[in-house]
Amino acid sequence: MSVLAFLIPVTLVMGALGLAAFFWSLRSGQYEDLTGDAERILFDADDTPLTPPRTSSRRDTTSKETTK
Amino acid sequence: MISSLTQAERGAAMLITLAGMVAGLAMAAAGQGDPMGAHGWIVLLFFALFFGLLARAAYGSDELEDRSLAYYDDPTKVGILLSLAWAVIAMGMGVWVAAQLAWPDLRFDAAWSGFGRLRPVHTSGVIFGFGGNALIATSFHIMQRTSRARMPGQVAPWFVLFGFNLFCLIAASGYLMGVTQSKEYAEPEWYADIWLVVVWVVYFTLYIRTLARRREPHIYVANWYYLAFILVVAVLHIVNNLAVPASWTGAKSYSAFSGVQDAMTQWWYGHNAVAFFLTSGFLGMLYYFLPKRAERPIYSYRLSILSFWGITFFYIWAGSHHLHYTALPHWVQTLGMTFSVMLLVPSWASAGNALMTLNGAWHKVRDDATLRFMMVAAVFYGLSTFEGSFMAIRPVNGLSHYTEWTIGHVHAGAMGWVALITFGSIYALVPGLWRRETMYSWKAVEWHFWIALAGTVIYVFAMWNSGIIQGLMWRTYGESGTLRYSFTDSLVAMHPYYVARAFGGLLFVTGAIIGAWNVVMTIRHVPRQVPERDHPTTSETMEPALPAAE
Repeated sequence: MSVLAFLIPVTLVMGALGLAAFFWSLRSGQYEDLTGDAERILFDADDTPLTPPRTSSRRDTTSKETTK
Repeated sequence: MISSLTQAERGAAMLITLAGMVAGLAMAAAGQGDPMGAHGWIVLLFFALFFGLLARAAYGSDELEDRSLAYYDDPTKVGILLSLAWAVIAMGMGVWVAAQLAWPDLRFDAAWSGFGRLRPVHTSGVIFGFGGNALIATSFHIMQRTSRARMPGQVAPWFVLFGFNLFCLIAASGYLMGVTQSKEYAEPEWYADIWLVVVWVVYFTLYIRTLARRREPHIYVANWYYLAFILVVAVLHIVNNLAVPASWTGAKSYSAFSGVQDAMTQWWYGHNAVAFFLTSGFLGMLYYFLPKRAERPIYSYRLSILSFWGITFFYIWAGSHHLHYTALPHWVQTLGMTFSVMLLVPSWASAGNALMTLNGAWHKVRDDATLRFMMVAAVFYGLSTFEGSFMAIRPVNGLSHYTEWTIGHVHAGAMGWVALITFGSIYALVPGLWRRETMYSWKAVEWHFWIALAGTVIYVFAMWNSGIIQGLMWRTYGESGTLRYSFTDSLVAMHPYYVARAFGGLLFVTGAIIGAWNVVMTIRHVPRQVPERDHPTTSETMEPALPAAE
């Protein structure tokens, strides 16, 4: 079954990549505020991107509050 | 579309289309007398069309909007329309091939209209044309919204969208000419496969670049599902399509693997195509549009993340359950079976999570057909993942494999889950995207829902019944130890179910046509919504702005 000598390493490498992505997400604080993360997608009534920080608009300040 | 590109972007786009035209011409010249030559002409015409459009506008106005103020939605809009067009064509093909099984004369004796050539047009058209375009369109929408950032550039998204559709076009036209490498869901030949890799790499980098620009620190869970879909499909596609072309001037190629090795690679690909193309990406859709439409956050966000990592780590091992009772080593079959059964846990976690999110919003499910599409999709997701785990168990597979039951299972997933969540998401997306107040006809959405549901139920029940009858007839022995029924006996027994299946499919495609009509009418006839003010307004500040005449 030479194919397994091929498929199993490919699959293990993909698994390792997934694991690395998971640890990255864990360490970079992706899971610090799950309740807020789930709710924030519901609040984008104006449907525009957040503006860069140099222009101080109302939306920008509210986003800082919610992410902290 | 083109008017919103900068001069530099128009130049880059023209260079790309020019390169495409050269490649098409080379294929047409090299592949004379072979289907590859015909594909060369298709590629040439495809890129010439876009080159012409770009050239007409090359020196047009360069007055650009401020890109930081809005998301880039044009590719999403075109993607949704392409998805609906593919839905109508490919589901129509499905009805035709289903009808051919019931009434074989419907082939009309042409080579291109045989079941073997039309069936992949149906499967690829639905999975890649309808599903793929919907995934690309919604991923562009979701990655921008959840990142609160616009996509970088305006060439890459069009390259991904149109490049992918060129792949679908080459695939579908190739099947009609008999071009296939005979691998299910991976039928296109080597040059189409190479092209898809190019498109897919651009897609992945576009997604990552958008996430890198995000102004919202958290990466919403839907993005993880979409990313897994893009990344894993890339790896699966490359490995399964490793092949040596018989010549550089023809479409034919030979797989790098042979015999059971080839079968194992194919089903490692095939099952993970179901997992990461038809499940992971569409779960991303579910996890964004269901909470948005229900106006409630997902019931357990923690569980949605856990089920993501669950399906990511489990699914990849399940493919060998397609090869029970074959030359594949027993332990590999058992491995695939074990992981398939384990998969029930993260699958039902997602289905349950979606339904629990609706707790407290059931009145909306009752009143709003769009949300009902998503609710029923989650139910079918739960049903078909349970069925899938069950069918992967070796003795059950001994009854179900090679019968119509498998077709029923696939369609419970494809119609009940994939198509219904897609239609629900499209109905949720279209009015907002085109800045319309509502869909053109909410009654049409209701009709679509009930017709699609009826079609799915008729289809799936017909195939369950016929599959089990077929499986039982094939394993019934007479007193002398010989088979009791001939294959033809079982075929005759299938006839009424084949008729029912074609009818169920006809209902489903009728729903899709109603949906496409409704979307077009929404764009053309529903008045534009007055844009909402995105800054605080009080009655005093409003007062002086009112024109004196009114």
